[in-house]
Amino acid sequence: MSDSVENRYDLLVIGAGIAGMSAVISAKERGMRVMMVSKTSPTRAQSVMAQGGINAALGNVSEDSVRMHIEDTLKSSHGLANPEMVERMCTLAPSVIEKLERLGVPFSRIDGAETPLGSIAQRRLGGARVARACYAQDYTGLKIAHTLYDTVLHMGIERMDDLFLLSLVSEDAVVGGAVFLRISTGEVISIEADKVLLATGGFGAAYHGYTTNACGTTGDAASAVLRAGGRLSGMEFVQFHPTALKGSSILISESARGEGGILVDESGERFTDELAPRDEVSRAIFSKIKSGSDVYLDLTGLGREKLEKLMPQELHLASLHAGVDLATQRVAVSPAVHYTMGGIEVDENYAVTGLKNCFAVGECTNSHLHGANRLGGNSLLEISAFGFDVVDKMERMEVSDSVVDISLSRDRVREEIESMLAGEGETCDIYALRREFGEILFTDVGIIRDRDGLVSALKRCSEIENIVSECSPPDRSRCHNGSLVHLLESRNAILCARATILGAIYREESRGAHYRSDFPDENGMFGEDIVIGMGESGIFVDRGMGVSL
Amino acid sequence: MKLTIGRYRDEKAYDETFEPVRRVSTLLDALFSIRESIDHTLTFESGCRSGICGACAVKVDGRESLACSIMARDGMRVEPLSGYRPLRDLKVDRSLTEDRLSSAQAYLHEYGEAVCSEKDEERSRIQSDCILCGSCYSVCPVVEVDGEFIGPFALSRSYRYASDPRESGDVDILTAIQSHGVWDCTLCGECTAVCPQGVDSKNDILSLRSMSLRAGFSDPSFVSMDFGAGFSFDGAGF
Repeated sequence: MSDSVENRYDLLVIGAGIAGMSAVISAKERGMRVMMVSKTSPTRAQSVMAQGGINAALGNVSEDSVRMHIEDTLKSSHGLANPEMVERMCTLAPSVIEKLERLGVPFSRIDGAETPLGSIAQRRLGGARVARACYAQDYTGLKIAHTLYDTVLHMGIERMDDLFLLSLVSEDAVVGGAVFLRISTGEVISIEADKVLLATGGFGAAYHGYTTNACGTTGDAASAVLRAGGRLSGMEFVQFHPTALKGSSILISESARGEGGILVDESGERFTDELAPRDEVSRAIFSKIKSGSDVYLDLTGLGREKLEKLMPQELHLASLHAGVDLATQRVAVSPAVHYTMGGIEVDENYAVTGLKNCFAVGECTNSHLHGANRLGGNSLLEISAFGFDVVDKMERMEVSDSVVDISLSRDRVREEIESMLAGEGETCDIYALRREFGEILFTDVGIIRDRDGLVSALKRCSEIENIVSECSPPDRSRCHNGSLVHLLESRNAILCARATILGAIYREESRGAHYRSDFPDENGMFGEDIVIGMGESGIFVDRGMGVSL
Repeated sequence: MKLTIGRYRDEKAYDETFEPVRRVSTLLDALFSIRESIDHTLTFESGCRSGICGACAVKVDGRESLACSIMARDGMRVEPLSGYRPLRDLKVDRSLTEDRLSSAQAYLHEYGEAVCSEKDEERSRIQSDCILCGSCYSVCPVVEVDGEFIGPFALSRSYRYASDPRESGDVDILTAIQSHGVWDCTLCGECTAVCPQGVDSKNDILSLRSMSLRAGFSDPSFVSMDFGAGFSFDGAGF
């Protein structure tokens, strides 16, 4: 059993979705010694679930410009985006599509084009004034991720799957590697690197049972950063999709309403404009649910023929998960979390605030692009554009050359895992606790929030956090111990959730995805990000590090 | 409702029957329910819950299926995929997926500038829907007798790149799949039948054979005139 991976790397990338893969491809092209690790395999990353498209002002279908893309993105952010970062992303977008085209991404096409890029089909997504999203049928994320994965294999990039991030190793805030649990064997190992890049995705799974995200989307890097002394920001901005199937939280595409589907309450009455922006529709549905009425999506008016032609996926999913035939029956729906705008606070070079030699890209960050609400088609763009760009920026930055002794940290973390497996803490029902805090978050830290609900949620989440931080998993085996991983993930998810609640309490206004019924209007006093840190006495709002825009 | 799970622990395989304590919808939902309420040690893989990550592929009553995409039914028997090394209960060693893709060299070898059309998109649309769930590999009878067989999903991916107008190095792809590859398939079509994404690997393999012949490769069984079971064109088999 080896304690550490023998080699020392120039760059350690943690997370293997589109952001992580874009970064390692870019690093390898520059001749860096790079290692990419992930708790699952790259083709199971959350990235593969993104359907709609990836924005770039190519103007293939309708006239467009980088300027218009910037304006649409800034508008959606409700004043909280950094215009410099938005401009960088929108400007990079066409070259990103060109890069993906050259790697072989099988985009949807339009006939009669004169150039390779000109042949890429584009569609209009919500919040965009023109058809700007390049797509690959309804599998845009899947096809980009799989093409990057093929490229990673082709380039012979060193990778290790099956590694769960336990902690970043730092000395005087200089990060020199990370410690992992090897899920298949239960070993605790360390990997050393001059620089560490975090790309582990969002924390939507904290809303367990009320999210379209995979269960493993638990903010693993965000919590590791917080524990290591770094900062998070924008955590209170959590985007809900209005129509997921009640109970299973399986997404029913926006096109269902676009094609004429209506939303009704138990008595069959319509109560909202189905085509209003996502946050408005979500609030209307949530209010109904909170008042005790179920809400239904009714597509029966469209007829079976049209449904089979336009949305066969939805017909199948409703039948499978809800036992409902959409052609003849309405189906119960509920809003569900599907994207977290906030995350690890980074500067313009993607460097993590409060740490040295540590960088972050993708949904795990608050890269100051989305602000209070994300524009459709910008998430796939962010993870590929900044994934490719981060290596360029980190190479230009001065980094600390102090060497961090990784063994002490590794041995300490190993002892913790050993004591958990030895059953030194009480065994807790991690699955019941996970359900409970998911429910609390949805009810009190969801679409409509107020101070009383937030304070009570914070109290209960802290209690649950105390339980899970002391307890042992119900399974004590060393190898392939799922409940150990779920317990560790829950610790991370709860920590992120507490940061979300703290931000939501502090932000006494309503802006974008954050709605406070006790402060229903936007307030100019809150025109900057709320930054959260963690000290010996717990997490706190770092007023000295508010990012002025 | 009762479900039987073909478990695997400490190199021993055995069946155990469970009865989920709540109402369940999909098989994956039933597995969640068992793990959460009856046996916390039940080991299986899952991810997106909506048929796009390929993690939860298992065999149900002997047939490959995504646990998230099939209704749980009374009396079902669930077991791990074949063809992969079992690790714990329903979890198998997926590193084989990567080995097969690397053998097939299924990636864009050499970009050649090309203006693609809707027809070009259509040519590899279905093949690029693959989610690498491994169902086709599990059901493949050739895998049972040839541990090095590249297998259906990797060959479909080879076709996806080899047929791309942007690929100038298609001969390199075809070269990589001549041995333990395109000619070793029995064309039984089981891969096509079990694919949850509708990928038709059997047809892709036939297309790759035609492309191989056009590129100057030949069917090794014709070269050696050996069709197995003593049947050949040298007369001795008749």
